[in-house]
Amino acid sequence: MIRLRGSGRLSVIGTIIVALMLMAVPLPDGIDAFRPDWVTLTLIYWAMIMPRTWSVGSAWIVGIVLDVAQGTILGQHALALSVVVFVTVKFHLLMRVFPMQQLAATVFALLALYQFLLFWINGVAGVDAPAIAYWAPVLSGTLLWPAVSVFLRSVSSRVQLR
Amino acid sequence: MVASRANSSNPARIPALGVRVLGAIALSILLMVLDHRQDHLSSVRQAVGAAVYPIQVVVDSPFRLWEWIRESTSDRNQLHLDLSRLQAERLLTSARLQRLAALEAENARLRGLLEARAQVRDEVRVAEIMAVDANPYRHNLVIDVGERDGVYNGQAIVDADGVVGQVIETGLTTSQAMLISDPSHALPVEVNRNGLRTIANGTGEFDSLDLPFLPNNADIRPGDLLVTSGLGGAFPSGYPVAVVRAVNRMPQRRFADVTATPSAALDQVREVMLIWSSANKPQAEAQATDD
Repeated sequence: MIRLRGSGRLSVIGTIIVALMLMAVPLPDGIDAFRPDWVTLTLIYWAMIMPRTWSVGSAWIVGIVLDVAQGTILGQHALALSVVVFVTVKFHLLMRVFPMQQLAATVFALLALYQFLLFWINGVAGVDAPAIAYWAPVLSGTLLWPAVSVFLRSVSSRVQLR
Repeated sequence: MVASRANSSNPARIPALGVRVLGAIALSILLMVLDHRQDHLSSVRQAVGAAVYPIQVVVDSPFRLWEWIRESTSDRNQLHLDLSRLQAERLLTSARLQRLAALEAENARLRGLLEARAQVRDEVRVAEIMAVDANPYRHNLVIDVGERDGVYNGQAIVDADGVVGQVIETGLTTSQAMLISDPSHALPVEVNRNGLRTIANGTGEFDSLDLPFLPNNADIRPGDLLVTSGLGGAFPSGYPVAVVRAVNRMPQRRFADVTATPSAALDQVREVMLIWSSANKPQAEAQATDD
């Protein structure tokens, strides 16, 4: 198990902040819907690698920040992220030994769960959104997962060396 | 399933995980109910918003920088062209303004004769749209003014050509606005030509509004200008909203199918004006009567 102190925690927070920024960067109209859930991908990775440090509580706090940044119902992303990270932490040992394709399939399922929770809350709250807003991020997120995990692995290994 | 095997092979690895996730879910649901049903959580939003603000500024800054570089390096020729165009525009608008002053005086005189309440001029302030994408489910913008500048919920936002939207959430230094093209936005309008009142709904597309409540025999035709009627209370009256694009009268239905093109370029605006409407803001009214 990887154990990190001060600086490690800071660099993880750094990656989360970068993910929050990527959620806000303006994209052209057509591509806009295909913005991957950067924050979700980042949190899934850290929950898989360091489930003791980055678990449901931190996911919930990040979710609240995301809710405020995006102006959604307060608690919507918090709930979805908590549940997704909970599932990730539950299966983190399995996910670590999964081969690439299987891990990608798991991430696909987690992202789909995430979007389903958002969709469900939107339905209860009466927020109407086109279907593409839900399935497009799942596809793009799964496609970008390898890149995200390689990048985050480089961050975590650099931190470990210190 | 694999799931249960993983679970049993390392029992209670992370202590109290189930309790934590149940707590998180319960807390989220509580927040959502409070946030959705009433407006109790604006202070929470503001507190968290203070943490979000630097993120928005960082995201926005490259676009600002690019704009600044473009402006400061645009060549002499372009500047000359801009200058002559602006001068021509200024001449035109000031000519129109001269007539407006006369009309305003006449209007006030007539209102005086009718003993109607004098119309007070609305206060405006220019705000810049931050290059930040917000809510993926709505047509929203983030603007760079907030409660500190006196922005309030429901405040009307216009650009040079027409109504853009209204403020739906105020932070300390930034606010979120909903565009009139958002599917959940409805705006009371009237036809400028004959005063016919109706509602303009957003459609989810930037270049189209829907007027669903006009009967088949309504006096409306393509090219009619729609202006705010001021009846909803949020928007001051008389601002242009859209131009009717198509009127489809269907005898078998009760209502005609009317679509309109928003006057404001909703997907291109960079600067907008916030209106402190005299009817909405008690302070503004008090100020105006002092004048």
